[in-house]
Amino acid sequence: MVCQLCKQKEATVHLTQIVENQVKNVDLCEPCAKQKGVNDPTGFSLADLLLGLGAGQEIEQAGEAKGTELKCEACGFTQAELKKTGRLGCAECYSVFGDVLDTLLKGMHKGTQHKGKVPAAIRGLVTLEASLSKLVVDLQSAVAREDFESAARLRDEIKSLKASH
Amino acid sequence: MPNILEFLVSTADASRRSGPNDKIVFSSRVRLARNLRSVPFPGHARKAERVKAYDILMPVVQSLEAMAGDPFAESMEKLTALDKQVLVERHLISREHAAKNAGSGLVMNREESLCVMVNEEDHLRMQALRPGLQLRQAWQAIDAVDSALQERVDLAFSVRHGFLTACPTNVGTGIRVSAMLHLPGLVLSEQVNQIIQAVNKLGLAVRGLYGEGTEALGNIFQVSNQMTLGESEADIVERINKVLLQLIEHEEKARLVLLEKKPSVVFNHIGRAYGTLSNAHTISSKETMNLLSLLRLGVDLEMLPGTPKAFVDELFLLSQPAHLQVLLTDKEKLGAEERDVLRAGLLRDRLRDVVRPDHTKAAGRAADAGSGNGPATV
Repeated sequence: MVCQLCKQKEATVHLTQIVENQVKNVDLCEPCAKQKGVNDPTGFSLADLLLGLGAGQEIEQAGEAKGTELKCEACGFTQAELKKTGRLGCAECYSVFGDVLDTLLKGMHKGTQHKGKVPAAIRGLVTLEASLSKLVVDLQSAVAREDFESAARLRDEIKSLKASH
Repeated sequence: MPNILEFLVSTADASRRSGPNDKIVFSSRVRLARNLRSVPFPGHARKAERVKAYDILMPVVQSLEAMAGDPFAESMEKLTALDKQVLVERHLISREHAAKNAGSGLVMNREESLCVMVNEEDHLRMQALRPGLQLRQAWQAIDAVDSALQERVDLAFSVRHGFLTACPTNVGTGIRVSAMLHLPGLVLSEQVNQIIQAVNKLGLAVRGLYGEGTEALGNIFQVSNQMTLGESEADIVERINKVLLQLIEHEEKARLVLLEKKPSVVFNHIGRAYGTLSNAHTISSKETMNLLSLLRLGVDLEMLPGTPKAFVDELFLLSQPAHLQVLLTDKEKLGAEERDVLRAGLLRDRLRDVVRPDHTKAAGRAADAGSGNGPATV
């Protein structure tokens, strides 16, 4: 078996990781493993390694589907760089590469929607957004079942909520 | 500039820190990754942009209340390679950060319970450290630091993806919750691989090299979360906490079973570890770590009365390459062979007054096992 990184030397370090019943294997030679910090308990993240090794194809495919090479206008980061490094260039990149990323994030995390801490400064905004989208869904279903009384009430609620901010 | 050890908590004091379950859990850590909204991430930023982030963040971080007005704050450029290595050996900075120079910095409080890396892979990597199993406390501490910081700087955040990070593996909460565990019982009873696989199935990473060999250095394992998006910080902390409590139980049980079923194997390991450590004239860092792990097991099992856990833990720190070099020589560079001789000398010296392990004192050992002439303690 040859090393997945340098594709030259014999792989002697074999890492196996199972995330939600998906087995991922990484086989490396000594020097590459060392370079990646695999034998150092303080500085090694298997996820980083896996992102670099397995994610390239997915990024490429997502780009092909779009038919164009994406590029972040804010910082100049390109899709090719994303593929090469597995990293992003700036905060804005998350909107630019959003679709490509969601494919990646799905396999990496528990979900693709943030559920943790929200900065105090925008906490109100987030709650507003969440309540608005809930009201819109409720409104749609009220209309669908022809419950126009509820629909009218929901419409007014949405209007006043928007006006209050 | 004087060496870094003059700023750090002494190895003796650092080893005396204690916390819940610290027989098995060395330390708990919660790290948050954060970035400024207006500046590209460090890996992609131009030098001027990196310096801009550094100039914005260093004063803000230093003035955080949690830094208690007197932090250690330095540019990575000002630290020698050896200093940086010492910080890595103390688990205060990452290996990646040790490789940084101008435009990257480090701020930590004097207790070393809060440590912030500026311009590592992200603009900020902030970590709270606690001895023993104290993940909740570490999370609360770093959460408060993060909230205080957010009042002063505009961080990269989106409602959909949460806190935005250079690497998508950290996005969302930006949290990495981890604990360092000492699991000699599970290693000696050959259960550790099974346990690692089970922990992996829960989406947690266990760090350590298990290719050809199956042991981690010094039987020390680091367990941490992999996923940072789609789950709240508190849920992640609780999930890992639960797993760690189970691991502790497994380790305790493994030790008891070993003592009951294979006492001579356990005593043999511990006795030989003591013998080698106190008599070697050249010894590698790897061998030292593995033998110190066994000696610590001996202390846990009460086979070395009069020798506290902190004594062994200090040796874990001191025998690492950079600590050894800074403490015992003035040389900038030291070959591995020279270092192995120095290390053996230090160990012989320190262990001179340590009474050798007494298997008849082993805690939890059945009264009729072995020679039977010692009182059994439970």
